[in-house]
Amino acid sequence: MSERLVPETQGDRAPGDERLDGSRLAQGVRGYLVGLALAAGLTAVSFYLARSNLIWAPAIPAALTALAVGQMGVHLVFFLHLTTGPDNINNALALAFGVLIVGLIIGGSVWIMYNMHAHMMMTHMTQ
Amino acid sequence: MSAVGNAIGGDAAPPDAERRPHGAVQTRIVVGYGFWLFLLSDFVLFSCFFASYAVLRDATAGGPTEGRLFDLDTVAWETACLLLSSFTSGMANLAAGQRNQLWFQVAMAATGLLGAAFLALELSEFARFIGLGAEPQRSAFLSAFFSLVGCHGLHITCGLLWLLTVMAQALAKGFRADIQRRILCFTLFWHALDIVWVGIFTVVYLTGVGP
Repeated sequence: MSERLVPETQGDRAPGDERLDGSRLAQGVRGYLVGLALAAGLTAVSFYLARSNLIWAPAIPAALTALAVGQMGVHLVFFLHLTTGPDNINNALALAFGVLIVGLIIGGSVWIMYNMHAHMMMTHMTQ
Repeated sequence: MSAVGNAIGGDAAPPDAERRPHGAVQTRIVVGYGFWLFLLSDFVLFSCFFASYAVLRDATAGGPTEGRLFDLDTVAWETACLLLSSFTSGMANLAAGQRNQLWFQVAMAATGLLGAAFLALELSEFARFIGLGAEPQRSAFLSAFFSLVGCHGLHITCGLLWLLTVMAQALAKGFRADIQRRILCFTLFWHALDIVWVGIFTVVYLTGVGP
């Protein structure tokens, strides 16, 4: 039954579907457990770093961003079962395009508004 | 001649016989891929809210600021609920693959309860903010906060309604191929919401509070 849902043939694979062999169920559960442990660990480190003086304060936002990107990667690999295999090329390419657009919107907005803010401050000072 | 005839017949028969299961597989891939594209466009929608929040987070208009409002303990509980519910929805997906109705219903119920707990924590947080005079109309920062976090909460609410529908359909109709596709799409949706929440607790709450 699960063979029919998750085909072992060549071709594409639906996002979220996983290729399992051997003891399918145990392997599937193990994958989710590893993902849960990694995600919980990264979350705990994020929450700890935000409130501690363990690292240099101005570096905290960068560290938190890195941890968040890492955790999103963990979710994509262990929960959404995204791989770099040939059957996942369409899924990965669509994700890459989505990441590009998200990066353009957030990065572009912050960049433009930061510059506008800086220029507005200057006109305020000259007036 | 008969061998050739058999060979031709043998060649002609399999494509028709193999097309049907292959066709069912194709539908699952097409539906899953289409839903994946929808989720990516949903990420683009959220990125607009993230961008406006990043731009407006300091525009407090003399009102309450991030550091004064946010309570990281509540956020930690919300995060735990959502992460665990993402895990249990994965378990539900596995149970559906095994056609195990009992474990599917148990895992989906756990997912729903954890999602409802998340929503209750979020709504009590919103109520606390509004009680402190931090309404969405107070400042641009609060407008951006309530639209970003509220949009995610709205997705969770819709997801809970969808979850109940999928549970009832699996119970009433069994694990038919079309029900399996709906289960796949629901678990994709739920995992995607958890990914968005990782962005929210990092960008909104953790970088907003500071040590």
